[in-house]
Amino acid sequence: MSTDKTVTAPVDTELRSDPPVTDRLMRADQDRSGIKGAVHTDLHHDSAIKHVTGRAEYCDDIAEPAGTLHAYLGLSTRAHARIRDLDLEAVRSAPGVVGVLTAKDIPGVNDVSPTGLNDEPVLADGKVEFWGQPIFAVIAETRDAARRAAKRASVSYEDLPHVLEPDAAREADMPYVTPPLTLKRGEAVSAMENAAHRIKGRMRVGGQDHLYLEGHIAFAIPGEDEDVIVHSSTQHPSEAQHMVAHVLGVPSNAVTVNVRRMGGGFGGKETQMNLFCAVAAVAAKKWNRAVKIRPDRDDDMSATGKRHDFVIDYEVGFDDTGRIQAVTGEFAARCGFSADLSGPVTDRALFHADNAYYYPDVLLNSHPMKTNTVSNTAFRGFGGPQGVIAAERIMEEIAYHRGVDSLEIRKRNFYGEDGRDVTPYHQTVEDNIAPRIVSELEQSADYQARRQAVLDWNAKGGIVRKGIALTPVKFGISFTATWYNQAGALLHIYSDGSIHLNHGGTEMGQGLNTKVAQVVADELQVDIDKIKITKTTTEKVPNTSATAASSGSDLNGMAARDAAIQIKDRLTAFAAERWQTEAAKVRFVANAVQIGDETVPFADFIREAYMARVQLSAAGFYKTPKIHWDRATGKGRPFYYFAYGAACSEVSVDTLTGEYRVERTDILHDVGRSLNPVIDKGQVEGAFIQGMGWLTTEELWWDDKGQLRTHAPSTYKIPLASDRPRVFNVALADWSENREQTIKRSKAVGEPPFMLGISVFEALSHAVASVADYSVCPRLDAPATPERVLMAIERLKG
Amino acid sequence: MSRVHVTTTVNGDETEFLCDPRETLLDCLRDRLNLTGAKEGCGTGDCGACSVTLDGRLVCSCLVLGVEAEGREIGTIEGVAQGDELHPLQRKFIEHAALQCGICTPGILVAAKALLEKSPDPTEEEVRYWLAGNLCRCTGYDKIIRAVMDTAAEMREAV
Repeated sequence: MSTDKTVTAPVDTELRSDPPVTDRLMRADQDRSGIKGAVHTDLHHDSAIKHVTGRAEYCDDIAEPAGTLHAYLGLSTRAHARIRDLDLEAVRSAPGVVGVLTAKDIPGVNDVSPTGLNDEPVLADGKVEFWGQPIFAVIAETRDAARRAAKRASVSYEDLPHVLEPDAAREADMPYVTPPLTLKRGEAVSAMENAAHRIKGRMRVGGQDHLYLEGHIAFAIPGEDEDVIVHSSTQHPSEAQHMVAHVLGVPSNAVTVNVRRMGGGFGGKETQMNLFCAVAAVAAKKWNRAVKIRPDRDDDMSATGKRHDFVIDYEVGFDDTGRIQAVTGEFAARCGFSADLSGPVTDRALFHADNAYYYPDVLLNSHPMKTNTVSNTAFRGFGGPQGVIAAERIMEEIAYHRGVDSLEIRKRNFYGEDGRDVTPYHQTVEDNIAPRIVSELEQSADYQARRQAVLDWNAKGGIVRKGIALTPVKFGISFTATWYNQAGALLHIYSDGSIHLNHGGTEMGQGLNTKVAQVVADELQVDIDKIKITKTTTEKVPNTSATAASSGSDLNGMAARDAAIQIKDRLTAFAAERWQTEAAKVRFVANAVQIGDETVPFADFIREAYMARVQLSAAGFYKTPKIHWDRATGKGRPFYYFAYGAACSEVSVDTLTGEYRVERTDILHDVGRSLNPVIDKGQVEGAFIQGMGWLTTEELWWDDKGQLRTHAPSTYKIPLASDRPRVFNVALADWSENREQTIKRSKAVGEPPFMLGISVFEALSHAVASVADYSVCPRLDAPATPERVLMAIERLKG
Repeated sequence: MSRVHVTTTVNGDETEFLCDPRETLLDCLRDRLNLTGAKEGCGTGDCGACSVTLDGRLVCSCLVLGVEAEGREIGTIEGVAQGDELHPLQRKFIEHAALQCGICTPGILVAAKALLEKSPDPTEEEVRYWLAGNLCRCTGYDKIIRAVMDTAAEMREAV
């Protein structure tokens, strides 16, 4: 431990004689033995005190300037129709209404398609393509007045034929919303013909609403010239900025988008917020007053995209031991009326159709189908879960066919050495730890003994049946759009030694800001409470990528570290020169800088540097190395690395009603060397429960006219506190370290554990299979609601 | 529509506001009194993000009209801490990292406080089912349940 010494370097005493009070405060509680908030330590969320006291400010909590107006959307009540007549007179004349916006009031381009396909109007123009599509916006003095007025519109429609389901869309020759993808390795068709055993099947996998507790919201404040500031709850402020500019017909430099925090995102606020930002901004500029738009929950769920539903047709060929010889798969997705992110989502489904398993000969095709439904979008896992669940269904099929425990079949098919390490997209799996994770979980969860107990219980033939399953996940990390894998950060050190940190990522509860601040604290060796984490804004870091694909800390942590290193290098050079020593003898120690045998408190040192005119601000940058992807040939290395995990779940099912509960879940998950274990564990737990919800209780249900009928938490059921597994053991693989040079050797955590929920789905399937003595694969469709479980039981009973 | 004058007590302080008779208590708290801790998650009483107490009883403030607050006592998240001193539940939620995005947290804390006042020694099952009226999309509930159980134990020891 070093001791402080008086600063003896030459200083300008006249200027230094009166340091600001904050300097002394900053130094008051400094600990020289180690910093607070270092990397690899548990640290609570930086906003935790604000969260528990209700003082954390979300977009709807921002104080409104006098004269703020409120917008509300008028939505279509047809799945597919021409608009014959749009009569908004009653809307305009409603109390408190200032005006309405329709497609013709858009000053720039009436489009918010994130991929530039110009297929997604802000406001429908002449025709509607899904039930719930925004047709107009009404602007009024209060939100209540706007909401009431919106109901008074009179729209005359000429109905057109509509298609809702992805398989129906294929049969009806509906177009693709975006080009499909093929992944191919070897000769799957001939390998299938030569396989000892073959099984063909179909699986329907439902979508999922994000149900972020904070719905969509945008709040636009007009400025001078073409300027507008938009506060929003978006995961992608740069895209919102570009879209607002596109819709207003102004350059991007006129638009600022700010995000302090979101009340949950999960992918639902990656592109879907663009429309709300655009409407608020157009109205704000038109009436030159602040305008806020916040749809109610039912409209939010009707008008914004969700996880893609899939219909998956698979065929597998395998040998007597259950080892796979060939796999083919056709992945048809309900994309909705426009492309949105359906291209990369359906691509990612194919990238994960192998999960942790080697397919010697494989052929996979995506079918991104146009349907007359809301345009589906990003949702945690981004198509990956729909691929993984297909792989797990294939494991189940083989297991029931061979009469072997599905875990044994999984182990026989894991990626391995000796030519069994290449994925269907020709990337070599270099970091495979799935076998170790699974084997450790098998031990810690006491899988074998508990499985035997389940079999013994079911052998009694009672009404309540049990099931158990242990499933792994391997998830590829990186945006498959390679250019997205870049990030920026802005770091200032003020002359009192306090630090201002900004980066391009957005905080949605995942603790990103905390982790990035830990990285900076670690690099500069200062306590984390000296670092002020500030709102994400397009003014500070431009051209950012969405906070998505689990990439937030990987990308922004590295960018912030780069900024810290730049400043540190300048400070080191300064210290070496001022103290007349070598750079190698300058060390940043806890809250101080050690120069030779002197130790200068950080704040004093910064003051010195400022006086010596050292630049104390830096813009950091990072781009992920090694990755490349050629979509046309289906070959490359789209992923920098893989994250792994496994879960074992046990369930009880009432065979008379189909009701069930999760008795116990054990999880072992890989986050590399965790930046913040308590935050990562929270991500794992939350993702598992959300994945379980996707496959159990969360059912999107459209009526035959195309109206989503489960559009609020009254009918759309996410897991509750009462649904948490009765016993829930979650552990991080503390021995794991990323082989790649990621930020402090950590791994991404947001999405991979979502797929651990598949263990519950497979356990339900196991319980169902017991009624037919495990002789057939139950082929449960997802979500396995109690109704579906009951129907499967009845089917198996014959 | 003419506005109604309402006199009520919020977190122990006598308060007055004017509101439209159709306005919810949630909107009155947020828009009239600038108490933005309670959030609108669904507006239909299904998510619990707007939880407050009305004369000590846990309610969804989106299902109560502002005018119904007349002469009643309202408790919100803003009144849970005493100045800078956090309530044991608030401390334990931070210690257990029982929050992520934080938007459901105020409602869950108000609901948990109401539970512990009624039932200082709850079973875990009681906690799980009591909080079943409060949705959380981030945490998976485990840390929330642990934090409430731990708070209950600490508060019992302190008595």
